[in-house]
Amino acid sequence: MTTRTHASVEVGEELPPLDIETTATIVAGGALASRDYTPVHHDRAAAQAQGLPDIFMNILTTKGFVGRYVTDWSGPDAVVKGVKIKLGGPNLPGHTLKIRGTVSAKTDAEVEIDVAGTNPYGAHVNATVRVVLPQ
Amino acid sequence: MLTADQKKELEATIQQFVGKPIGPAATSRDAVNEAMILQWCDAMGDTNPVYQDRAVAEKSVHGGIVAPPMMLDAWTMQGWDMHKGYDEPTNEEQRLHKILTDAGYTGVLGTNTEQEFDRYLRIGDEVTAETIIEGISEEKATGAGIGYFITTKTTFSDAAGAQVGWMNFRVLKFIPKEAPQAASDSGGGAAEAYVPARIKPPMGHDNAWWWNEVAAGRITVQRCKGCQQLRHPPRPMCPGCRSMEWDSIEISGRGTLHTFTVIHYPQFPGYEFPICAALVDLEEGVRMVSDVMDCKPEDLKIGMKLKAYIHEDDDGFKLPLFRPSE
Repeated sequence: MTTRTHASVEVGEELPPLDIETTATIVAGGALASRDYTPVHHDRAAAQAQGLPDIFMNILTTKGFVGRYVTDWSGPDAVVKGVKIKLGGPNLPGHTLKIRGTVSAKTDAEVEIDVAGTNPYGAHVNATVRVVLPQ
Repeated sequence: MLTADQKKELEATIQQFVGKPIGPAATSRDAVNEAMILQWCDAMGDTNPVYQDRAVAEKSVHGGIVAPPMMLDAWTMQGWDMHKGYDEPTNEEQRLHKILTDAGYTGVLGTNTEQEFDRYLRIGDEVTAETIIEGISEEKATGAGIGYFITTKTTFSDAAGAQVGWMNFRVLKFIPKEAPQAASDSGGGAAEAYVPARIKPPMGHDNAWWWNEVAAGRITVQRCKGCQQLRHPPRPMCPGCRSMEWDSIEISGRGTLHTFTVIHYPQFPGYEFPICAALVDLEEGVRMVSDVMDCKPEDLKIGMKLKAYIHEDDDGFKLPLFRPSE
């Protein structure tokens, strides 16, 4: 894992793409790893009773992938300061969640990355993540 | 539907929740620990060593193992009891939701969340969460149905009482546009998710033949029987001689890029973005609107040579697309 420095980053830089082949194991595993035992995230019958075809990814897992996506790129010495997330359609087993990102702003102290996660339903998540990179 | 008076009463009732804590502060059952961090990293495929490799973490800017920041609200999640559902409210937020559910606003949808991290959590940290109902919107019409946006604000603090981060969370509590319908059980296999596909072109008396030709593997343009002028897209009358007699010819597929636009937004489901939408000068002398595939937007050059091919979508729909050619 390489570390990005503040100086090496320019607005407009595209982060390497990340495609998550969503499985029921990822959905259920992510929900339970985030202590979210809401049935719709691990019990297909419960999800179907809510009108969805299958269990769907919980918000914490989506957030976890957004965070991982940014630090996969920035490396271990980045410090995440904040995140703003707009949620779209659900992400289900069988969906490829395509995560893409661009450096959208840079101040003396921080770098801001716009992250978009899409799947066959369209936008699943749009996020803005603020990080501090080593100088 | 609620009468105007009932709605007024409902809104007065729910607005009383604004500013209230949802209940007593909740402290995480488990202090921040490596086992739960590793479980999180497994599920997210996160290999960042500062969460799991002590030697690397100690040399990093963090100076030791830290918890993934996005995991902040996981520590104080209710956990196992959440599987029981919320028919009987156990806190003020659930009581607010139930009042709305009982009034017909049965749907709930997370729409936005925002988090700030004052510091990363370390092994042994005990996290306490305090949540207040920060605001309730006026009734809004949304794509999901009419409803109210409810925003909660949670402040997270450590054992010393110092803030480690906060989170805003907004949900829409709404009247679903139509009653949710349980998907049919497909017998234990993977449920078939509805996958949106490309929006189909209108096909009528004047142009359906052209799409039928494409479906049969031929890309054609219309030709006037009166003056032999070619025209595209298909239409009933020749703009040159006004003849309504026509036939068609198959094109070579060779052309050049006349102009283009790259579509990034809005991202309709069923398409791959960005889309390189192109106006192509066919060598036969007419123009065709299509997409340029296998080409990055920055590699599009006006005048570049293109070659048509017939693409088939997953649902069987066929259409001509272009790609760069020598």
